[in-house]
Amino acid sequence: MKPKFVVGGLAIALALGYMIWAGVSQSVVYFVTPTELTAGPVAGKAYRLGGLVERGSLTWEPRTLDLSFKVSDGKVAVPVRHHGAPPDLFGEGRGAVVEGQWMPAGYFKATLIMAKHSEEYKAPHDTKEAQSKGLIKTLEGATR
Amino acid sequence: MIPEIGHGALLVALGLALYGGVMSAVGGRRGRPALVESAQHAALGVFVLVTACLLLLIYAFLTFDFSVRYVATNTNLGTPFYYRITAVWGALEGSIVLWSWLLSLYTLIVILRHRTSARELYPWVLMTMLSVIGFFLLVMTVAAPVFARSLPIPPDGRGLNPLLEDSGMITHPVALYLGFTGFTVPFAFAVAALITGRVGDFWITTTRRWTIVAWYFLSLGLLIGGWWSYHVLGWGGYWAWDPVENAAFMPWLTGTALLHSVMIQERRRMLRLWNLALVILTFSLTLFGTFLTRSGVIASVHAFSQGAIGIFFLTFLALVVLSALALLAWRWNDLGAQGELDSIVSRESAFLLNNVLLVAATFTVFFGTVFPLLSEAVKGAKVSVGAPFFNQVNIPLFLSLIFLMGIGPLIAWRRASLDNLKRNFLWPVVIGSVAAIVLRLVGVGSSVAVLSLALTVFVTATITVDLVRATRARRAMGEWTLPALGGLLLRHNRRYGGFVVHLAVLVVAVGVTGSQAWSVQTETTLKRGEEAALAGYRVRFDGLRESQESNHGKVTGSFTVVAGRGAGTVLEPAKKFYPQEQSPIAYVDYRLGFVDDVYLVLGDFARDGSSATVKMQVNRMVSWIWIGGLVLTLGTLLAILPERRRPA
Repeated sequence: MKPKFVVGGLAIALALGYMIWAGVSQSVVYFVTPTELTAGPVAGKAYRLGGLVERGSLTWEPRTLDLSFKVSDGKVAVPVRHHGAPPDLFGEGRGAVVEGQWMPAGYFKATLIMAKHSEEYKAPHDTKEAQSKGLIKTLEGATR
Repeated sequence: MIPEIGHGALLVALGLALYGGVMSAVGGRRGRPALVESAQHAALGVFVLVTACLLLLIYAFLTFDFSVRYVATNTNLGTPFYYRITAVWGALEGSIVLWSWLLSLYTLIVILRHRTSARELYPWVLMTMLSVIGFFLLVMTVAAPVFARSLPIPPDGRGLNPLLEDSGMITHPVALYLGFTGFTVPFAFAVAALITGRVGDFWITTTRRWTIVAWYFLSLGLLIGGWWSYHVLGWGGYWAWDPVENAAFMPWLTGTALLHSVMIQERRRMLRLWNLALVILTFSLTLFGTFLTRSGVIASVHAFSQGAIGIFFLTFLALVVLSALALLAWRWNDLGAQGELDSIVSRESAFLLNNVLLVAATFTVFFGTVFPLLSEAVKGAKVSVGAPFFNQVNIPLFLSLIFLMGIGPLIAWRRASLDNLKRNFLWPVVIGSVAAIVLRLVGVGSSVAVLSLALTVFVTATITVDLVRATRARRAMGEWTLPALGGLLLRHNRRYGGFVVHLAVLVVAVGVTGSQAWSVQTETTLKRGEEAALAGYRVRFDGLRESQESNHGKVTGSFTVVAGRGAGTVLEPAKKFYPQEQSPIAYVDYRLGFVDDVYLVLGDFARDGSSATVKMQVNRMVSWIWIGGLVLTLGTLLAILPERRRPA
């Protein structure tokens, strides 16, 4: 193999490595629970916050499209605000994953609310373990 | 009784597949045609038995046999007739039945076509195909038994996931699986070539059509999947870089690379090792994709508790990759190139660069998809990269690939002279540049959009230049224009089929670029009779109505969409309430257009029907993506026509 092809190949590999590195550092999203988020929120960093929508915390104002609720992991509840109608599968007492940023004013500003559709039905369990497993699943698998 | 028959048939099929695999290997090794023939009979038996199982499963669905757990979880008494058939592959167990059936069908066709034409490779091809079928039969009988009973027998089933009650579910999985399983054939030939040591061009030329067919169905599966996502999921997009999508996209990328690199081997006797590696990689990625989507390893990092299926696929994947690597190592000395790259400015290097970029894209998609796993393993932090990562890294790669699409088919082999470059590319470059300037002048803001569209124009111009020149040459011999063009397409159907497929990719690229650059959306709450405006369209809310369908309740919103002064179109997005689901499912309504799609999703609504929240989107150029699928079909058909020899 001629040296110029080796050099060309190396250049492509380096460029690709750089693009991947830059892409990751710009679009990385951190999965956090409410406890983890409140332990040290960084304003402006992209988070995916997962938990249960606390009962009695949901308000929805159709005229202004303001949606607010609290996401809880049983220990801490984080206030979340969103602009837009609540999506299907969203409701009090259910798991939700919200993507967005922590605002210095003391709330989580959601740009996206997600719920994952499982292809097969799973009967809801009451055991704590099953719930947290379901939560982690939603947290990490949800994309829309 | 019927489920037991089905399960028994699968066990017998498993036995036959294993028997056939061993017999064809022994027959191939000792040169005993009788054994290979016996293996062939076993393969036919497998096909018949798997077909029977598929029919039995369909029968169980049609007769509501809720004693079968799979039927009970995926259908109920209200499920409409057609969806009871598509529900067969609506979830894991049944989709593996479909997969195995398609694979056994392919095996049957391989037997019919190649049992005499590829005598030396044939036993090993048969062995490989039967081994792969054997693996799926093992999954079907042990890991995910499709005919397992549910006791006590429930009075009604749970019902199909409402999102799967869609016509796309008839075609999307079938096309996708035809693509996935189709790559087993070139893989089997590659394995046979390595085992017999006939690593020359024979396996490449024999599997050319197979690779094209598999690639075509995989492309079609991806496009139909995009269509399903677009008109069912209600977010107005067709691609989200979801792990499930990526799983199907990765073998598509390597398959595309393979389609191109085999031409280099045919023409210049180079890239033998590379082509074998690409086939193995593509086949492995189809397995990896199934592992990824079916094991739950990405959805939940704390995986394998979900079922044994993940470990089955991972083990088989490891087995495939390791034995393929061992075969490559064994034949290492036979795999050296016989040709050499002469110049960077040549068709070989354009194709080579195409391959490097496609594999690079595969790697980035792979990296982004498994990134959460990597990061959790390495740093313990739960992180993910979303669509921005994939877009940012892949857009430059895809734009470069479109550019190469213009260069590759026209540039000279070995070493392109300045004259060759000028002759082929002067006009296209000029036209492409003019297009870029015009796009800027008419106010296209996004540089990526300008570049993408200008490159599209450039490539279209290269194809036009080539066609015009070739047609002229034939006219000079006294033919009329149209017969000359037609004769050209048919006589050089491989080349021009490839061009038409390229055009299809360009049409899709225009659709993707346009929809990303120019789509707009808004969300608003309207009182009855109130209007909202978006991008020249006015949307009026006319009210709500309730209805009861066979297996769900429905609240339909009525909206009148008016463009300019024209008459209105009524769109009726709805929310469906399925008893088995905990919350409603949005049902999108839309008006498709060549340029604009108007797309409405009903959000929340007041119970008395006095107001409703609606998400309005005007999506641009999305239809081009589906049109691209039609062009792709034409191009593929042209490319796989039997080649005509020039009359002497």
